[in-house]
Amino acid sequence: MMQDHAASATAPDTVHETVAHVSAVDPETTRPASTGNAFAHIVYVLKSNPVTLISFGLFGIMIIAALLGPYIVPYDPLASNSAVRLQPPSTDHWFGTDQLGRDVFSRVVVATRLDLFIAITAVALSFVIGSMLGSLAGYYGGWFDTISGRMIDTIMAFPLFVLAMGIVAALGNTVENIIYATAIINIPFYARVARGEVNIRRHAGFAQAARLSGNNDLRVLAFHIFPNALPPMMVQISLNLGWAILNAAGLSFIGLGVRPPTPEWGIMVAEGAQFIVSGEWWLAVFPGVSLMLAVLTFNLMGDGLRDMVDPAQRT
Amino acid sequence: MEDATTMRDKSILGSAPQPALVQVDRLGVSFATRNGTVQAVSNVSFQVAKGETLGIVGESGSGKSVTSYALMRILDRAGRISSGDMTFSGIDLVNADERTMRDLRGREISMIFQNPRMALNPIRRVGDQISDVLRQHAQAVGSNARVKSIELLKIVKIRDAEARYNAYPFELSGGMCQRIVIALALACRPRLLIADEPTTGLDVTTQKTVMELIVELTHERNMSTILITHDLGLASSYCDRIIVMKDGAIVEAGETSELFASPKHAYTRKLIRATPRLDSTVRELLLEDLATAAKPTKAARATSDVPILQVTSLTKSFAPEIAKRSLWLEKLIRSKSIKPPEAPLAIDDISFSIPAGGSVGLVGESGCGKSTTSSIIMRLLEPTVGSVKLNGVELTDIPIKSFARSTYRAQLQMVFQDPTDSLNPRFTARRVIEDPIRMLGSDEDRKCIEERVEQLAERVGLPVDLLSRFPHQLSGGQKARVGIARAIALSPKLLILDEPTAALDVSVQAIVLNLLHDLRADFGMSYLFVSHDLNVVRLLCDDVIVMRAGRIVEQGNASEVLASPQSPYTQTLIDAIPHPPSLHAA
Repeated sequence: MMQDHAASATAPDTVHETVAHVSAVDPETTRPASTGNAFAHIVYVLKSNPVTLISFGLFGIMIIAALLGPYIVPYDPLASNSAVRLQPPSTDHWFGTDQLGRDVFSRVVVATRLDLFIAITAVALSFVIGSMLGSLAGYYGGWFDTISGRMIDTIMAFPLFVLAMGIVAALGNTVENIIYATAIINIPFYARVARGEVNIRRHAGFAQAARLSGNNDLRVLAFHIFPNALPPMMVQISLNLGWAILNAAGLSFIGLGVRPPTPEWGIMVAEGAQFIVSGEWWLAVFPGVSLMLAVLTFNLMGDGLRDMVDPAQRT
Repeated sequence: MEDATTMRDKSILGSAPQPALVQVDRLGVSFATRNGTVQAVSNVSFQVAKGETLGIVGESGSGKSVTSYALMRILDRAGRISSGDMTFSGIDLVNADERTMRDLRGREISMIFQNPRMALNPIRRVGDQISDVLRQHAQAVGSNARVKSIELLKIVKIRDAEARYNAYPFELSGGMCQRIVIALALACRPRLLIADEPTTGLDVTTQKTVMELIVELTHERNMSTILITHDLGLASSYCDRIIVMKDGAIVEAGETSELFASPKHAYTRKLIRATPRLDSTVRELLLEDLATAAKPTKAARATSDVPILQVTSLTKSFAPEIAKRSLWLEKLIRSKSIKPPEAPLAIDDISFSIPAGGSVGLVGESGCGKSTTSSIIMRLLEPTVGSVKLNGVELTDIPIKSFARSTYRAQLQMVFQDPTDSLNPRFTARRVIEDPIRMLGSDEDRKCIEERVEQLAERVGLPVDLLSRFPHQLSGGQKARVGIARAIALSPKLLILDEPTAALDVSVQAIVLNLLHDLRADFGMSYLFVSHDLNVVRLLCDDVIVMRAGRIVEQGNASEVLASPQSPYTQTLIDAIPHPPSLHAA
């Protein structure tokens, strides 16, 4: 108990939290976990950990760039202008221009949408498939566990990037196939986490109690046990989003998947790499830094996301 | 041994003014938490004389463990000794540097922890773990560490010590593990032993042997002991003096006999009352004012002779499942002549019945098959052979898979042992209670369900505004109430109580037992009370069944069985329960 306190002991501002909580426990509005309560909790998590706050801030910027990117950028990301080829960063072109005179800033911002889309869709797919496989394996055990476990071991036996390359090469060079490939290589992580988390709770008292309340096995698994496996999965999701972006960019970098002239961080780094030797560093550095920041953001977000979905963090 | 006893007697009488070994003066411990600084212990003063056994008694959160951690300076990072002095034979423990403390810990002051399995490293042989301690404190060198460790194992009465040296903790029973921990604690002949709930989670008979071992060894070596426990009965049996703590402060201190004869503080009286005795009734556990406020105990006797539950020659073996699980590859390798080893039966041909409206206690130590029996009756587990009839209907005919939705599900409910484990951490109390109503109840209307949940909460004494809380925001007693409300939500015919108070403090246990007692009368339910504690079972049950190693060794009227047990095993069980001095005598 004391350790719990110690873990969350860095809170200078607890008065707001407590007040919000007390007001949420109003006998008239006793719907469980009212939104005010949940919102106060999210605010608390963000306030208590500056790293989480920064990462969510960066994530917010990325989301805005992804949604509004094409409308707010100063130049058309595809329009070439040979008059301003390979200009270094200036007030007109913040990140400089590339070999065709396209504005690097506009391209970097517009690329956010595609990269985020690939990462989020891929991770969502692998989360759904992986956690379903893992939960069923962890709950029922037996032959299903054995078979799915060995299948996952097989996927894990490949170098994951090479496997993704192989999948894209075999299925065809499209954005969907990048998504499928990224999803497949990430399934094992979710399956394993879900299997472990479900397995240790299979015979927990609350699962037995749920059976006594008239829930059949599937309901016990889906509505009682699985939600308890969410906190560690959240960390996995966040880390995976970072990996997925790197993976998509990596595939594009070696020429698979997204093709030029589509703005995409991986291709931009690949194209810019040729110019580093001749001193035009801005072509590769700015998309590269965006990529790095995106991955960093997702890596830092994990802990905060976990604390948000864990009711035991609410006090 | 004789010397030790006489010295102990002197210290009790206080005739020999020995300098105290441990002197704690106005100790305060605070913890930095999310909600600011919390004072866990304040103004605690006590001393322990040489050879004395001091009991620190209190309920959870009373600061008794924190006090002992402070004494050894092993508080969490967030914890801080905020005030006071502590000396150990002249050494200032508050200001001693970490090196001095390291030397003291283990060699001069050692500790026995609550859970012996957690205290032992699971992947190291127990003998090596003892050798480590000996070497660490330069009590042995590589060559003789093994011999000395085996000696220690013999001292803590582990049979076949040479062979046990190589055992891993998982190969030993809980009682054996605790002996190893005692051997570890005593390895360097410390002068002070702190035992923090050393017998929690052990069976009563094991508890007795472990406590007797501790007492014998500490007396032999003229050691001082601090016994930290929530169990007044245990403290009264083994301590010279007792300190009662509440909310981080000492409420009363005194010699054991005096404390029980004339408790001065109201809280001490409440604790003494709440501890079940051989002759107390369920109402007597409550304080005077509460007991008079409660309704007079209704004669919740069996309403008829027709059994609500009839269990006939129930047998459960876990062996076939193991055989089924062995893979085809194993089967291929093994020749057919080798049979898997015969597993002992978890339950061996037991039969009993519960009359409608009656309550029956099922008593036994861990591993006796009582939980298996209750799981089978609940239709959570398939019996190997035997029949379970509820109101004359054979339950084993309904497959387990579809039993969750059958009409009998609502008639058979259960209150679980651990209120924390049995509540979904992601569900609010309201959702926990409404789950069975939504799944099996006839009410469809949201408003109706909501009202029903509030009625139930009120009935079990849970404030309605607590319904929106998550389990970790509730106290142990409140969680127990939520569990009970869920179990009675569908007005079951038969309620199985699986050690419903084992994880609760005695004062909360007293209240919960009274609640259960009243509910049975009000709802006309029958109880099957599964427990290891005969004393508690007796309070709620008319009849009692004593189980051992899967068989029933004795059954009959509860008070008769307790007064004149027919089986020697029942006698040992009764003898092992530590009793505080009787309330009536005092």
